[in-house]
Amino acid sequence: MATIDHNGKTYNVDEDGFLTKGMEEWDQGWVEYVKASEGIGDLTDEHNKVIDTLQEYYKKNGIAPMVRILSKTTGFPLKRIYELFPSGPGKGACKMAGLPKPTGCV
Amino acid sequence: MANLKADELGVKVASDPSLTTGAVPAKDWMDTPAVFEPGNYCYQGKSEKVEYISDALKNNPGLFGEPRDWDIESEDWKLPENWKEIIINGIKERLDKFRSFKIFMDCCVRCGACADKCHFFLGTGDPKNMPVLRAELMRSIYRNEFTKAGKILGRLAGAREMTFAVLKEWFMYFYQCTECRRCSVFCPYGIDTAEITMMGRELLHLVGVNTNWILEPASNSNRTGNHMGLQPHTLKENVEYLCDDIEEITGIRITPTWNRKGAEVLFITPSADVFAEPGIYTAMGYLLLFEHIGLDYTWSTYASEGGNFGLFTNNELMKKLNAKMYAEAKRLGVKWIIGGECGHMWRVLHQYMDTMNGPADFLEVPKSPITGTVFENAATTKMVHISEFTADLIKHGKLKLDPSRNDHRKVTFHDSCNTSRAMGMLEEPREILKAVVNNFQEMPENTIRETTFCCGSGTGLNTGEIMDLRMRAGLPRANAVQYVHEKNDVNTLGCVCAIDRATLSALIDYWVPEVQVCGLSELVGNALVMDGEKEKETGLRFEALEGMEG
Repeated sequence: MATIDHNGKTYNVDEDGFLTKGMEEWDQGWVEYVKASEGIGDLTDEHNKVIDTLQEYYKKNGIAPMVRILSKTTGFPLKRIYELFPSGPGKGACKMAGLPKPTGCV
Repeated sequence: MANLKADELGVKVASDPSLTTGAVPAKDWMDTPAVFEPGNYCYQGKSEKVEYISDALKNNPGLFGEPRDWDIESEDWKLPENWKEIIINGIKERLDKFRSFKIFMDCCVRCGACADKCHFFLGTGDPKNMPVLRAELMRSIYRNEFTKAGKILGRLAGAREMTFAVLKEWFMYFYQCTECRRCSVFCPYGIDTAEITMMGRELLHLVGVNTNWILEPASNSNRTGNHMGLQPHTLKENVEYLCDDIEEITGIRITPTWNRKGAEVLFITPSADVFAEPGIYTAMGYLLLFEHIGLDYTWSTYASEGGNFGLFTNNELMKKLNAKMYAEAKRLGVKWIIGGECGHMWRVLHQYMDTMNGPADFLEVPKSPITGTVFENAATTKMVHISEFTADLIKHGKLKLDPSRNDHRKVTFHDSCNTSRAMGMLEEPREILKAVVNNFQEMPENTIRETTFCCGSGTGLNTGEIMDLRMRAGLPRANAVQYVHEKNDVNTLGCVCAIDRATLSALIDYWVPEVQVCGLSELVGNALVMDGEKEKETGLRFEALEGMEG
């Protein structure tokens, strides 16, 4: 299993760089790490809103929300989410929020 | 016309090095090793998934090997000490159990008719992706262990010993086959290479060699009822959300029911239809259709998955995951079942379900309450494909349709491997298309119907880490789409499969980005004239209708 060291902390990650223990290991340091690796500039309130929404939804549902629910809840159109997270809601935002990747017919 | 992307991928079957070996083959195939590099293999199954699945099937111990952390690129896969014995015994057991497997091991004359029919061979140029050679990977071991000629003459008779190198080869090439069965259409003996791949994967699982992209959805399906892992409240909320969108677009409020006892029909569709684009638009189409005809039906949070990734592992897991359908139909007391747009789901339902988990004597032979049509083809399974059901409604003039609402779309149709070759559903989707769109154009005839080309990512190969392979394997399909796009301005690729909706979206976005992928039921939903609807300005994905752009 791969690990990532960042600012003195070690994170367990899967092959695609998602936290294997999810929110259990998630912290602000992880957010900073993903920010750098995803080439995101300044972290804004909008980024935080997306992360909070994802985590809150995940706690209730055990899965990431449909992209359109994310869009509706945050009030950000999909285009804006891609501007905030260039790799997209799944690979970018979910990774930063410590959510796992959805699998199946997707 | 030169295609720069094809050049980029180096898709020249005859002269270029293959992706998987990185070389033009210069040696005998038995002497050409399989080398794993990032991008040419799916990630191995996580040990906790293997543990979970093994526990779920504890009455059949050993089917998934020992849970462990292992690395595909390493020379030590942490196999059990007696792994060869497990494989050879596994072959023996399956030769006794499956008559087809024994015949397919014996009867190939290596005529080569299948060789250039495989999309994986056409896209990678790798000789081991010729179906005949893919089967030889297994046959060579069969000959060595189970035939006199092979035991005495060895390599002269095309036999070889089971070694770690062979196991690696199996893992590589049984996961570069999508079990699409196009090769079998051209085989003079009717050898079904898909069944050989299935056996190969079953055997690999016995020694714990597996992929996470298959095991995780299968685990989810066992735990929550569906591949995505949607819990009951999430499922319900997602569908309600789709109903909100429908109301916004059409002015009609739909309130579907869940787990309702006494409904006439149980409806089961792939869970991606209520989670991911563009499947959600297909689901909106189902909702509109059932509302339009006033069908007495229910969704289920327990049997909430049409697909069955168990099919991509082994018989036993497929059977267990499938069992929920009849169990739920019985619990709810419905008369019969309608299934949504999915491909591999229909191989399981049409070919295995009634003998595997049936007989479903508690259900009735499906009869459309609207047209009175009795679906004799589903007399034993009791389950009808949504396209069969819809085509019958159209044939009897029971739907109010305005195909001009799809005039912004010029549509071609991709036959899914399983609904066409495994189920024979060739006319129904076309009857639907002719009724709901004004612009329908077929792709070239050797790429549709029984000879349809696979999306390139079926059987659980629809994962991101092998995107390069997927784009190659889907090249023949994309090539045909590009042809009708350039010649006939086609801008929409219709299909009736959830894996297709996901994988063709990626494929077509790469090869022919001007084309969009959609399920047929979305087009039906767009064309339906609902009682009491408001004037529609957009289609189901909020795209402007023709004449409504401004």
